[in-house]
Amino acid sequence: MTLFEISRKRLAENIAFWIFRLLSLGVMGILFSILGFILYKGIDVVNWDFITKMPEDGMTKGGIYPAIVGTLCLITGSMIFAFPIGVMSGIYINEYTKDSWYRRFVQLMTANLAGIPSIVFGLFGMALFVNKLGFGDSILAGSLTLGLLALPVIIRTTEEALKSVDDSYRHASLALGATKLQTIHRVTLPVALPNIITGFILSIGRVSGETAPILFTVAAYFLPKLPSSIHDQVMALPYHLYVISTSGTNIKDSRAMAYGTAVVLILIVLILNLIANAVRRYLGKKYKTN
Amino acid sequence: MLLEDILAKSTKPIKHSNMFKIESKDVHLHYGTFHALKGINMSIEKNTVTALIGPSGCGKSTFLRLFNRMNDLIDDVKIEGQCLLDGKDIYSKEVKIDDLRKRVGMVFQKPNPFPKTIFENVAYGLRVNSITHKSFIEERVERSLKQAALWDEVKDKLKKSAMALSGGQQQRLCIARALAIEPSVILMDEPASALDPISTAKIEELIYELKSEFTIIIVTHNMQQAGRISDTTAFFYLGELVEIDSTKKIFTNPNDTRTQNYITGRFG
Repeated sequence: MTLFEISRKRLAENIAFWIFRLLSLGVMGILFSILGFILYKGIDVVNWDFITKMPEDGMTKGGIYPAIVGTLCLITGSMIFAFPIGVMSGIYINEYTKDSWYRRFVQLMTANLAGIPSIVFGLFGMALFVNKLGFGDSILAGSLTLGLLALPVIIRTTEEALKSVDDSYRHASLALGATKLQTIHRVTLPVALPNIITGFILSIGRVSGETAPILFTVAAYFLPKLPSSIHDQVMALPYHLYVISTSGTNIKDSRAMAYGTAVVLILIVLILNLIANAVRRYLGKKYKTN
Repeated sequence: MLLEDILAKSTKPIKHSNMFKIESKDVHLHYGTFHALKGINMSIEKNTVTALIGPSGCGKSTFLRLFNRMNDLIDDVKIEGQCLLDGKDIYSKEVKIDDLRKRVGMVFQKPNPFPKTIFENVAYGLRVNSITHKSFIEERVERSLKQAALWDEVKDKLKKSAMALSGGQQQRLCIARALAIEPSVILMDEPASALDPISTAKIEELIYELKSEFTIIIVTHNMQQAGRISDTTAFFYLGELVEIDSTKKIFTNPNDTRTQNYITGRFG
Protein backbone atom coordinates (compact mmCIF):
# COMPACT_ATOMS: atom_id res chain seq x y z
CA MET A 1 0.00 0.00 0.00
CA THR A 2 1.39 3.38 -0.92
CA LEU A 3 1.62 6.30 1.44
CA PHE A 4 -1.06 8.05 -0.56
CA GLU A 5 -3.50 5.17 -0.17
CA ILE A 6 -2.89 5.03 3.55
CA SER A 7 -3.54 8.74 4.04
CA ARG A 8 -6.67 8.46 1.91
CA LYS A 9 -7.89 5.63 4.15
CA ARG A 10 -7.26 7.75 7.24
CA LEU A 11 -9.07 10.71 5.72
CA ALA A 12 -12.14 8.62 4.87
CA GLU A 13 -12.09 7.25 8.41
CA ASN A 14 -11.98 10.76 9.87
CA ILE A 15 -14.73 12.12 7.65
CA ALA A 16 -17.01 9.19 8.44
CA PHE A 17 -16.34 9.57 12.15
CA TRP A 18 -17.19 13.27 12.10
CA ILE A 19 -20.38 12.71 10.11
CA PHE A 20 -21.55 10.12 12.63
CA ARG A 21 -20.57 12.32 15.54
CA LEU A 22 -22.30 15.44 14.18
CA LEU A 23 -25.49 13.56 13.35
CA SER A 24 -25.75 11.97 16.78
CA LEU A 25 -24.98 15.29 18.45
CA GLY A 26 -27.68 16.85 16.28
CA VAL A 27 -30.25 14.34 17.49
CA MET A 28 -29.23 14.94 21.10
CA GLY A 29 -29.42 18.66 20.47
CA ILE A 30 -32.98 18.45 19.17
CA LEU A 31 -34.03 16.30 22.12
CA PHE A 32 -32.52 18.69 24.65
CA SER A 33 -33.98 21.76 22.98
CA ILE A 34 -37.46 20.25 23.13
CA LEU A 35 -37.01 19.37 26.80
CA GLY A 36 -35.43 22.75 27.52
CA PHE A 37 -38.18 24.65 25.73
CA ILE A 38 -40.96 22.84 27.59
CA LEU A 39 -39.20 23.20 30.93
CA TYR A 40 -38.54 26.90 30.28
CA LYS A 41 -42.18 27.55 29.40
CA GLY A 42 -43.76 25.31 31.96
CA ILE A 43 -41.57 25.13 35.05
CA ASP A 44 -43.00 28.39 36.49
CA VAL A 45 -46.47 26.94 37.03
CA VAL A 46 -45.25 23.60 38.39
CA ASN A 47 -45.42 23.79 42.17
CA TRP A 48 -47.00 21.81 44.97
CA ASP A 49 -50.45 23.31 44.40
CA PHE A 50 -50.27 22.55 40.69
CA ILE A 51 -49.82 18.84 41.26
CA THR A 52 -52.18 18.51 44.24
CA LYS A 53 -55.13 20.80 43.41
CA MET A 54 -58.18 20.47 41.19
CA PRO A 55 -58.40 22.64 38.07
CA GLU A 56 -60.24 25.92 38.61
CA ASP A 57 -61.72 28.79 36.56
CA GLY A 58 -62.33 26.87 33.36
CA MET A 59 -58.97 25.10 33.67
CA THR A 60 -56.99 28.32 33.56
CA LYS A 61 -56.02 28.15 37.22
CA GLY A 62 -55.59 25.61 39.96
CA GLY A 63 -53.86 22.27 39.41
CA ILE A 64 -53.95 19.09 37.41
CA TYR A 65 -54.20 16.62 40.27
CA PRO A 66 -57.06 14.51 38.80
CA ALA A 67 -55.24 14.21 35.47
CA ILE A 68 -52.09 12.96 37.19
CA VAL A 69 -54.08 10.40 39.16
CA GLY A 70 -55.94 9.43 35.99
CA THR A 71 -52.78 8.86 34.00
CA LEU A 72 -51.23 6.81 36.82
CA CYS A 73 -54.43 4.72 36.98
CA LEU A 74 -54.28 4.10 33.23
CA ILE A 75 -50.58 3.18 33.30
CA THR A 76 -51.18 0.74 36.15
CA GLY A 77 -54.33 -0.69 34.61
CA SER A 78 -52.87 -1.19 31.17
CA MET A 79 -49.73 -2.81 32.57
CA ILE A 80 -51.69 -5.18 34.81
CA PHE A 81 -53.42 -6.30 31.67
CA ALA A 82 -50.65 -6.16 29.08
CA PHE A 83 -47.49 -7.16 30.96
CA PRO A 84 -48.44 -10.72 31.97
CA ILE A 85 -50.17 -11.44 28.67
CA GLY A 86 -47.32 -9.93 26.66
CA VAL A 87 -44.61 -11.79 28.56
CA MET A 88 -46.51 -15.06 28.33
CA SER A 89 -47.03 -14.58 24.59
CA GLY A 90 -43.34 -13.86 24.17
CA ILE A 91 -42.48 -17.02 26.12
CA TYR A 92 -44.89 -19.01 23.99
CA ILE A 93 -43.47 -17.74 20.71
CA ASN A 94 -39.81 -18.16 21.63
CA GLU A 95 -39.87 -21.24 23.84
CA TYR A 96 -42.78 -23.32 22.63
CA THR A 97 -43.17 -22.77 18.89
CA LYS A 98 -40.70 -24.19 16.46
CA ASP A 99 -39.13 -22.06 13.79
CA SER A 100 -41.89 -22.61 11.27
CA TRP A 101 -44.39 -20.73 9.15
CA TYR A 102 -46.64 -20.61 12.21
CA ARG A 103 -44.09 -18.75 14.33
CA ARG A 104 -43.33 -16.35 11.50
CA PHE A 105 -47.06 -15.75 11.03
CA VAL A 106 -47.54 -14.91 14.72
CA GLN A 107 -44.49 -12.62 14.61
CA LEU A 108 -45.78 -10.89 11.51
CA MET A 109 -49.16 -10.33 13.14
CA THR A 110 -47.49 -8.90 16.24
CA ALA A 111 -45.45 -6.55 14.09
CA ASN A 112 -48.61 -5.47 12.27
CA LEU A 113 -50.33 -4.84 15.58
CA ALA A 114 -47.48 -2.49 16.48
CA GLY A 115 -47.95 -0.61 13.24
CA ILE A 116 -51.66 0.15 13.64
CA PRO A 117 -52.30 3.87 14.24
CA SER A 118 -53.35 4.56 17.80
CA ILE A 119 -56.62 6.20 16.80
CA VAL A 120 -57.66 2.85 15.33
CA PHE A 121 -57.03 1.27 18.72
CA GLY A 122 -59.21 4.00 20.19
CA LEU A 123 -62.09 3.25 17.84
CA PHE A 124 -61.69 -0.49 18.37
CA GLY A 125 -61.65 0.02 22.15
CA MET A 126 -64.79 2.09 21.96
CA ALA A 127 -66.58 -0.46 19.80
CA LEU A 128 -65.54 -3.51 21.84
CA PHE A 129 -64.97 -2.46 25.44
CA VAL A 130 -67.17 0.61 25.77
CA ASN A 131 -70.16 -0.48 23.69
CA LYS A 132 -70.16 -4.22 23.02
CA LEU A 133 -68.94 -5.34 26.44
CA GLY A 134 -70.74 -2.46 28.09
CA PHE A 135 -67.89 -1.14 30.21
CA GLY A 136 -68.82 2.41 29.24
CA ASP A 137 -66.29 5.24 29.33
CA SER A 138 -64.20 3.93 32.18
CA ILE A 139 -60.71 3.24 33.49
CA LEU A 140 -61.35 -0.41 32.64
CA ALA A 141 -62.12 0.28 28.97
CA GLY A 142 -59.25 2.78 28.66
CA SER A 143 -56.73 0.47 30.33
CA LEU A 144 -57.68 -2.43 28.10
CA THR A 145 -57.36 -0.26 24.99
CA LEU A 146 -53.99 1.10 26.07
CA GLY A 147 -52.93 -2.41 27.02
CA LEU A 148 -53.61 -3.61 23.49
CA LEU A 149 -51.39 -0.82 22.24
CA ALA A 150 -48.58 -1.87 24.59
CA LEU A 151 -48.84 -5.60 23.87
CA PRO A 152 -46.70 -5.78 20.71
CA VAL A 153 -43.85 -3.89 22.37
CA ILE A 154 -43.88 -6.21 25.37
CA ILE A 155 -44.21 -9.36 23.25
CA ARG A 156 -41.39 -8.31 20.95
CA THR A 157 -38.94 -7.37 23.71
CA THR A 158 -39.75 -10.52 25.70
CA GLU A 159 -39.09 -12.60 22.61
CA GLU A 160 -35.79 -10.84 21.93
CA ALA A 161 -34.79 -11.09 25.58
CA LEU A 162 -35.42 -14.84 25.62
CA LYS A 163 -33.67 -15.32 22.30
CA SER A 164 -30.53 -13.75 23.73
CA VAL A 165 -30.39 -16.30 26.56
CA ASP A 166 -27.71 -18.83 25.65
CA ASP A 167 -29.07 -22.29 24.83
CA SER A 168 -26.39 -23.85 27.01
CA TYR A 169 -28.42 -22.80 30.07
CA ARG A 170 -31.54 -24.47 28.75
CA HIS A 171 -29.61 -27.63 27.89
CA ALA A 172 -27.91 -27.75 31.28
CA SER A 173 -31.26 -27.43 33.01
CA LEU A 174 -33.03 -30.02 30.87
CA ALA A 175 -30.10 -32.43 31.25
CA LEU A 176 -30.61 -32.27 35.03
CA GLY A 177 -34.14 -33.57 34.71
CA ALA A 178 -35.93 -30.22 34.76
CA THR A 179 -39.08 -29.88 32.71
CA LYS A 180 -39.47 -27.15 30.12
CA LEU A 181 -41.62 -25.07 32.46
CA GLN A 182 -39.11 -25.43 35.32
CA THR A 183 -36.33 -24.43 32.95
CA ILE A 184 -38.20 -21.30 31.88
CA HIS A 185 -39.19 -20.42 35.42
CA ARG A 186 -35.85 -21.04 37.11
CA VAL A 187 -33.27 -20.25 34.44
CA THR A 188 -34.41 -18.71 31.18
CA LEU A 189 -36.79 -16.09 32.53
CA PRO A 190 -34.54 -14.80 35.35
CA VAL A 191 -31.66 -14.41 32.89
CA ALA A 192 -33.92 -12.62 30.40
CA LEU A 193 -35.71 -10.47 32.97
CA PRO A 194 -33.50 -7.36 32.82
CA ASN A 195 -34.15 -7.11 29.09
CA ILE A 196 -37.85 -7.82 29.51
CA ILE A 197 -37.96 -4.86 31.89
CA THR A 198 -36.73 -2.74 28.98
CA GLY A 199 -39.92 -3.60 27.12
CA PHE A 200 -41.87 -2.67 30.21
CA ILE A 201 -40.17 0.74 30.33
CA LEU A 202 -40.77 1.38 26.64
CA SER A 203 -44.42 0.47 26.87
CA ILE A 204 -45.01 2.66 29.92
CA GLY A 205 -43.55 5.54 27.95
CA ARG A 206 -45.83 4.79 25.06
CA VAL A 207 -48.97 4.26 27.14
CA SER A 208 -48.59 7.35 29.30
CA GLY A 209 -48.34 9.69 26.33
CA GLU A 210 -51.09 8.35 24.09
CA THR A 211 -54.16 10.49 23.55
CA ALA A 212 -56.09 8.84 20.75
CA PRO A 213 -56.80 5.48 22.45
CA ILE A 214 -58.27 7.16 25.54
CA LEU A 215 -60.25 9.76 23.63
CA PHE A 216 -63.37 7.61 23.25
CA THR A 217 -62.78 5.11 26.01
CA VAL A 218 -62.05 6.87 29.28
CA ALA A 219 -60.83 10.46 29.14
CA ALA A 220 -62.98 13.18 30.64
CA TYR A 221 -62.88 16.76 29.43
CA PHE A 222 -63.29 18.14 32.92
CA LEU A 223 -63.91 16.04 36.01
CA PRO A 224 -62.70 17.68 39.20
CA LYS A 225 -62.86 14.58 41.37
CA LEU A 226 -60.92 11.39 41.79
CA PRO A 227 -62.18 8.05 40.47
CA SER A 228 -63.70 5.74 43.05
CA SER A 229 -63.68 2.56 40.97
CA ILE A 230 -62.45 1.17 37.66
CA HIS A 231 -65.83 1.99 36.16
CA ASP A 232 -65.30 5.72 36.54
CA GLN A 233 -64.05 8.13 33.93
CA VAL A 234 -60.88 10.04 34.63
CA MET A 235 -58.97 12.98 33.29
CA ALA A 236 -55.56 12.10 31.83
CA LEU A 237 -52.48 14.24 31.23
CA PRO A 238 -52.11 13.93 27.46
CA TYR A 239 -55.82 14.50 26.86
CA HIS A 240 -55.88 17.39 29.32
CA LEU A 241 -52.98 18.91 27.45
CA TYR A 242 -54.86 18.53 24.20
CA VAL A 243 -58.04 20.01 25.66
CA ILE A 244 -56.53 23.11 27.19
CA SER A 245 -54.46 23.75 24.08
CA THR A 246 -57.28 23.40 21.56
CA SER A 247 -60.73 23.54 23.04
CA GLY A 248 -60.52 25.00 26.51
CA THR A 249 -62.63 27.89 27.66
CA ASN A 250 -59.74 30.27 27.42
CA ILE A 251 -56.87 28.87 25.46
CA LYS A 252 -54.64 31.90 25.86
CA ASP A 253 -54.90 31.97 29.64
CA SER A 254 -54.37 28.27 30.01
CA ARG A 255 -51.20 28.25 27.85
CA ALA A 256 -48.89 28.16 30.87
CA MET A 257 -50.97 25.37 32.39
CA ALA A 258 -50.50 23.39 29.19
CA TYR A 259 -46.71 23.63 29.37
CA GLY A 260 -46.88 22.77 33.06
CA THR A 261 -48.91 19.68 32.23
CA ALA A 262 -46.31 18.67 29.64
CA VAL A 263 -43.55 19.07 32.22
CA VAL A 264 -45.43 16.85 34.68
CA LEU A 265 -46.07 14.21 32.02
CA ILE A 266 -42.39 14.13 31.08
CA LEU A 267 -41.39 13.95 34.73
CA ILE A 268 -43.73 11.02 35.39
CA VAL A 269 -42.31 9.07 32.47
CA LEU A 270 -38.79 9.99 33.55
CA ILE A 271 -39.36 8.86 37.14
CA LEU A 272 -40.97 5.58 36.08
CA ASN A 273 -38.04 4.97 33.72
CA LEU A 274 -35.55 5.60 36.49
CA ILE A 275 -37.35 3.19 38.82
CA ALA A 276 -37.57 0.50 36.14
CA ASN A 277 -33.92 1.04 35.28
CA ALA A 278 -32.91 0.59 38.91
CA VAL A 279 -34.84 -2.68 39.01
CA ARG A 280 -33.20 -3.72 35.77
CA ARG A 281 -29.72 -3.02 37.09
CA TYR A 282 -30.44 -4.86 40.32
CA LEU A 283 -31.66 -7.93 38.44
CA GLY A 284 -28.81 -7.70 35.96
CA LYS A 285 -26.35 -7.87 38.84
CA LYS A 286 -28.18 -10.73 40.49
CA TYR A 287 -28.21 -12.85 37.34
CA LYS A 288 -24.90 -11.74 35.89
CA THR A 289 -23.99 -14.10 33.06
CA ASN A 290 -20.30 -13.43 32.65
CA MET B 1 3.98 -39.13 27.73
CA LEU B 2 4.80 -42.06 25.50
CA LEU B 3 2.02 -44.04 23.98
CA GLU B 4 3.25 -47.17 25.77
CA ASP B 5 2.96 -45.45 29.14
CA ILE B 6 -0.53 -44.33 28.34
CA LEU B 7 -1.55 -47.80 27.37
CA ALA B 8 -0.01 -49.41 30.41
CA LYS B 9 -2.52 -47.49 32.48
CA SER B 10 -5.54 -48.74 30.66
CA THR B 11 -5.33 -52.44 30.70
CA LYS B 12 -8.78 -53.37 31.87
CA PRO B 13 -10.00 -56.05 29.47
CA ILE B 14 -13.53 -56.28 28.22
CA LYS B 15 -15.52 -58.67 30.38
CA HIS B 16 -18.49 -60.58 29.20
CA SER B 17 -21.77 -60.58 31.01
CA ASN B 18 -25.36 -60.80 30.00
CA MET B 19 -26.46 -57.51 31.50
CA PHE B 20 -24.90 -54.41 30.04
CA LYS B 21 -25.43 -50.97 31.56
CA ILE B 22 -26.01 -49.39 28.19
CA GLU B 23 -26.70 -50.96 24.85
CA SER B 24 -27.55 -49.67 21.44
CA LYS B 25 -29.00 -52.02 18.88
CA ASP B 26 -28.87 -51.10 15.23
CA VAL B 27 -29.46 -47.41 15.88
CA HIS B 28 -30.00 -45.16 12.90
CA LEU B 29 -30.39 -41.42 13.23
CA HIS B 30 -31.38 -38.95 10.53
CA TYR B 31 -31.20 -35.16 10.73
CA GLY B 32 -33.65 -34.35 7.97
CA THR B 33 -32.09 -36.09 4.99
CA PHE B 34 -28.65 -36.48 6.59
CA HIS B 35 -27.97 -40.02 7.78
CA ALA B 36 -25.90 -39.24 10.89
CA LEU B 37 -25.74 -42.65 12.58
CA LYS B 38 -25.74 -45.79 10.50
CA GLY B 39 -26.71 -48.86 12.46
CA ILE B 40 -24.71 -48.54 15.65
CA ASN B 41 -24.39 -51.59 17.89
CA MET B 42 -22.62 -51.05 21.16
CA SER B 43 -22.65 -52.57 24.63
CA ILE B 44 -21.19 -50.79 27.60
CA GLU B 45 -20.49 -52.36 30.95
CA LYS B 46 -21.20 -50.90 34.34
CA ASN B 47 -18.48 -48.82 36.02
CA THR B 48 -16.32 -48.46 32.94
CA VAL B 49 -15.12 -45.47 30.99
CA THR B 50 -15.83 -45.61 27.28
CA ALA B 51 -14.17 -43.09 25.01
CA LEU B 52 -15.81 -42.17 21.71
CA ILE B 53 -13.27 -40.94 19.20
CA GLY B 54 -13.35 -39.96 15.56
CA PRO B 55 -13.03 -36.94 13.29
CA SER B 56 -15.46 -34.00 13.58
CA GLY B 57 -18.90 -34.77 12.22
CA CYS B 58 -18.48 -38.54 12.56
CA GLY B 59 -21.53 -38.84 14.81
CA LYS B 60 -19.87 -39.49 18.17
CA SER B 61 -21.55 -36.55 19.96
CA THR B 62 -24.87 -37.41 18.36
CA PHE B 63 -24.47 -40.96 19.59
CA LEU B 64 -23.65 -39.72 23.11
CA ARG B 65 -26.76 -37.53 23.18
CA LEU B 66 -28.97 -40.48 22.37
CA PHE B 67 -28.70 -41.71 25.94
CA ASN B 68 -30.18 -38.69 27.68
CA ARG B 69 -32.36 -37.92 24.68
CA MET B 70 -30.86 -34.50 24.06
CA ASN B 71 -31.26 -35.12 20.34
CA ASP B 72 -34.99 -34.79 20.93
CA LEU B 73 -34.49 -31.04 21.26
CA ILE B 74 -33.46 -30.75 17.63
CA ASP B 75 -36.22 -30.38 15.05
CA ASP B 76 -36.56 -32.98 12.35
CA VAL B 77 -34.65 -35.82 13.98
CA LYS B 78 -35.63 -39.42 13.30
CA ILE B 79 -34.31 -42.24 15.44
CA GLU B 80 -34.63 -45.95 14.70
CA GLY B 81 -33.36 -48.97 16.59
CA GLN B 82 -33.09 -49.50 20.31
CA CYS B 83 -31.22 -47.69 23.06
CA LEU B 84 -31.26 -49.63 26.31
CA LEU B 85 -30.42 -48.49 29.81
CA ASP B 86 -30.32 -51.37 32.30
CA GLY B 87 -32.05 -53.45 29.66
CA LYS B 88 -34.96 -51.07 29.16
CA ASP B 89 -35.68 -49.09 26.01
CA ILE B 90 -35.31 -45.40 26.88
CA TYR B 91 -37.28 -44.34 23.81
CA SER B 92 -40.37 -46.30 24.76
CA LYS B 93 -43.54 -44.36 25.55
CA GLU B 94 -43.53 -45.25 29.27
CA VAL B 95 -40.24 -43.44 29.83
CA LYS B 96 -40.56 -39.86 31.01
CA ILE B 97 -37.69 -37.79 29.67
CA ASP B 98 -37.08 -35.96 32.93
CA ASP B 99 -36.89 -39.27 34.82
CA LEU B 100 -34.39 -40.60 32.30
CA ARG B 101 -32.24 -37.48 32.62
CA LYS B 102 -32.12 -37.90 36.38
CA ARG B 103 -30.46 -41.27 35.81
CA VAL B 104 -28.21 -40.15 32.98
CA GLY B 105 -26.26 -36.99 33.77
CA MET B 106 -24.40 -34.88 31.26
CA VAL B 107 -21.38 -32.62 31.23
CA PHE B 108 -21.08 -30.31 28.25
CA GLN B 109 -18.15 -29.15 26.18
CA LYS B 110 -18.21 -25.57 27.41
CA PRO B 111 -18.63 -25.09 31.16
CA ASN B 112 -22.20 -23.85 31.54
CA PRO B 113 -22.95 -23.07 35.19
CA PHE B 114 -26.17 -21.16 35.80
CA PRO B 115 -25.88 -17.47 36.73
CA LYS B 116 -26.68 -18.43 40.30
CA THR B 117 -24.61 -19.07 43.41
CA ILE B 118 -22.26 -22.04 43.60
CA PHE B 119 -24.59 -23.67 46.11
CA GLU B 120 -27.69 -23.15 43.97
CA ASN B 121 -25.94 -24.57 40.92
CA VAL B 122 -25.31 -27.88 42.65
CA ALA B 123 -28.71 -27.86 44.35
CA TYR B 124 -30.53 -27.16 41.07
CA GLY B 125 -31.09 -30.77 40.05
CA LEU B 126 -32.46 -31.56 43.50
CA ARG B 127 -34.79 -28.59 43.54
CA VAL B 128 -36.29 -29.30 40.13
CA ASN B 129 -36.89 -32.84 41.29
CA SER B 130 -38.99 -31.55 44.18
CA ILE B 131 -36.50 -32.13 46.97
CA THR B 132 -36.99 -29.36 49.53
CA HIS B 133 -35.45 -30.78 52.71
CA LYS B 134 -32.87 -28.19 53.62
CA SER B 135 -30.28 -30.26 55.47
CA PHE B 136 -30.54 -33.04 52.90
CA ILE B 137 -29.80 -30.57 50.12
CA GLU B 138 -26.89 -29.11 52.09
CA GLU B 139 -25.37 -32.53 52.68
CA ARG B 140 -25.80 -33.54 49.08
CA VAL B 141 -24.25 -30.31 47.79
CA GLU B 142 -21.23 -30.78 50.03
CA ARG B 143 -20.83 -34.42 49.05
CA SER B 144 -21.11 -33.66 45.34
CA LEU B 145 -18.59 -30.85 45.52
CA LYS B 146 -16.21 -33.18 47.37
CA GLN B 147 -16.71 -35.90 44.75
CA ALA B 148 -15.93 -33.34 42.06
CA ALA B 149 -12.77 -32.31 43.97
CA LEU B 150 -13.97 -28.74 44.25
CA TRP B 151 -15.08 -28.51 47.87
CA ASP B 152 -11.82 -27.20 49.33
CA GLU B 153 -11.68 -24.40 46.77
CA VAL B 154 -15.26 -23.18 47.19
CA LYS B 155 -16.40 -24.14 50.69
CA ASP B 156 -16.02 -20.56 51.95
CA LYS B 157 -17.83 -18.96 49.04
CA LEU B 158 -20.85 -21.14 48.39
CA LYS B 159 -23.08 -18.07 48.31
CA LYS B 160 -20.92 -16.37 45.68
CA SER B 161 -21.79 -16.42 42.00
CA ALA B 162 -20.57 -19.42 40.06
CA MET B 163 -19.61 -17.02 37.28
CA ALA B 164 -16.64 -15.84 39.37
CA LEU B 165 -14.95 -19.26 39.20
CA SER B 166 -12.24 -20.13 36.68
CA GLY B 167 -13.10 -22.20 33.61
CA GLY B 168 -11.69 -25.38 35.14
CA GLN B 169 -13.51 -24.81 38.40
CA GLN B 170 -16.72 -24.10 36.50
CA GLN B 171 -16.42 -27.42 34.69
CA ARG B 172 -15.88 -29.28 37.96
CA LEU B 173 -18.90 -27.43 39.32
CA CYS B 174 -20.89 -28.70 36.35
CA ILE B 175 -19.70 -32.21 37.16
CA ALA B 176 -20.74 -31.73 40.81
CA ARG B 177 -24.10 -30.46 39.60
CA ALA B 178 -24.56 -33.60 37.52
CA LEU B 179 -23.47 -35.85 40.41
CA ALA B 180 -25.88 -34.28 42.90
CA ILE B 181 -28.91 -36.08 41.53
CA GLU B 182 -27.05 -39.41 41.72
CA PRO B 183 -27.22 -40.55 38.13
CA SER B 184 -25.82 -43.98 37.31
CA VAL B 185 -24.44 -42.90 33.94
CA ILE B 186 -22.54 -39.72 33.11
CA LEU B 187 -22.19 -38.53 29.54
CA MET B 188 -19.31 -36.17 28.84
CA ASP B 189 -19.07 -34.25 25.60
CA GLU B 190 -15.44 -33.17 25.26
CA PRO B 191 -15.48 -31.92 28.87
CA ALA B 192 -11.90 -30.67 28.84
CA SER B 193 -11.57 -29.23 25.37
CA ALA B 194 -12.12 -25.65 26.55
CA LEU B 195 -9.72 -25.95 29.49
CA ASP B 196 -6.02 -25.38 30.11
CA PRO B 197 -3.69 -28.39 30.64
CA ILE B 198 -3.73 -28.23 34.45
CA SER B 199 -7.53 -28.09 34.61
CA THR B 200 -7.67 -30.86 32.04
CA ALA B 201 -5.45 -33.05 34.21
CA LYS B 202 -7.76 -32.44 37.17
CA ILE B 203 -10.82 -33.40 35.17
CA GLU B 204 -9.12 -36.56 33.91
CA GLU B 205 -8.12 -37.53 37.42
CA LEU B 206 -11.69 -36.95 38.48
CA ILE B 207 -13.09 -39.15 35.74
CA TYR B 208 -10.77 -41.91 36.85
CA GLU B 209 -12.05 -41.54 40.43
CA LEU B 210 -15.71 -41.44 39.42
CA LYS B 211 -15.49 -44.72 37.57
CA SER B 212 -16.01 -46.71 40.76
CA GLU B 213 -19.51 -45.30 41.14
CA PHE B 214 -20.63 -44.32 37.69
CA THR B 215 -20.62 -45.57 34.14
CA ILE B 216 -19.00 -42.92 32.00
CA ILE B 217 -19.10 -42.29 28.28
CA ILE B 218 -16.82 -39.54 27.06
CA VAL B 219 -16.43 -37.95 23.66
CA THR B 220 -12.93 -36.69 23.09
CA HIS B 221 -10.77 -35.35 20.29
CA ASN B 222 -7.68 -35.92 22.33
CA MET B 223 -6.07 -39.32 21.65
CA GLN B 224 -3.82 -39.17 24.70
CA GLN B 225 -6.82 -38.38 26.83
CA ALA B 226 -8.74 -41.36 25.51
CA GLY B 227 -5.69 -43.51 26.20
CA ARG B 228 -5.23 -42.18 29.72
CA ILE B 229 -8.74 -42.45 31.05
CA SER B 230 -10.77 -45.02 29.16
CA ASP B 231 -11.18 -48.79 29.42
CA THR B 232 -12.87 -49.13 26.08
CA THR B 233 -12.50 -47.01 22.98
CA ALA B 234 -14.96 -46.76 20.12
CA PHE B 235 -13.90 -45.27 16.80
CA PHE B 236 -16.60 -43.57 14.73
CA TYR B 237 -16.19 -42.60 11.11
CA LEU B 238 -18.82 -41.06 8.80
CA GLY B 239 -21.70 -42.16 11.01
CA GLU B 240 -20.48 -45.70 11.42
CA LEU B 241 -18.98 -47.43 14.41
CA VAL B 242 -15.83 -48.72 12.77
CA GLU B 243 -14.36 -50.50 15.73
CA ILE B 244 -14.83 -50.88 19.47
CA ASP B 245 -12.40 -52.71 21.68
CA SER B 246 -10.31 -52.35 24.78
CA THR B 247 -8.41 -49.10 24.68
CA LYS B 248 -5.14 -51.00 24.69
CA LYS B 249 -6.10 -53.01 21.65
CA ILE B 250 -7.37 -49.98 19.74
CA PHE B 251 -4.18 -48.05 20.34
CA THR B 252 -1.73 -50.87 19.69
CA ASN B 253 -3.30 -53.22 17.24
CA PRO B 254 -6.57 -52.05 15.74
CA ASN B 255 -8.35 -54.37 13.36
CA ASP B 256 -9.42 -51.75 10.87
CA THR B 257 -6.99 -49.71 8.82
CA ARG B 258 -9.22 -46.62 9.19
CA THR B 259 -8.77 -46.81 12.96
CA GLN B 260 -5.05 -47.27 12.47
CA ASN B 261 -4.89 -44.25 10.17
CA TYR B 262 -6.88 -42.06 12.55
CA ILE B 263 -4.97 -42.82 15.73
CA THR B 264 -1.65 -42.42 13.99
CA GLY B 265 -2.79 -39.04 12.72
CA ARG B 266 -2.98 -39.80 9.04
CA PHE B 267 -6.37 -38.13 8.81
CA GLY B 268 -8.93 -36.39 11.02
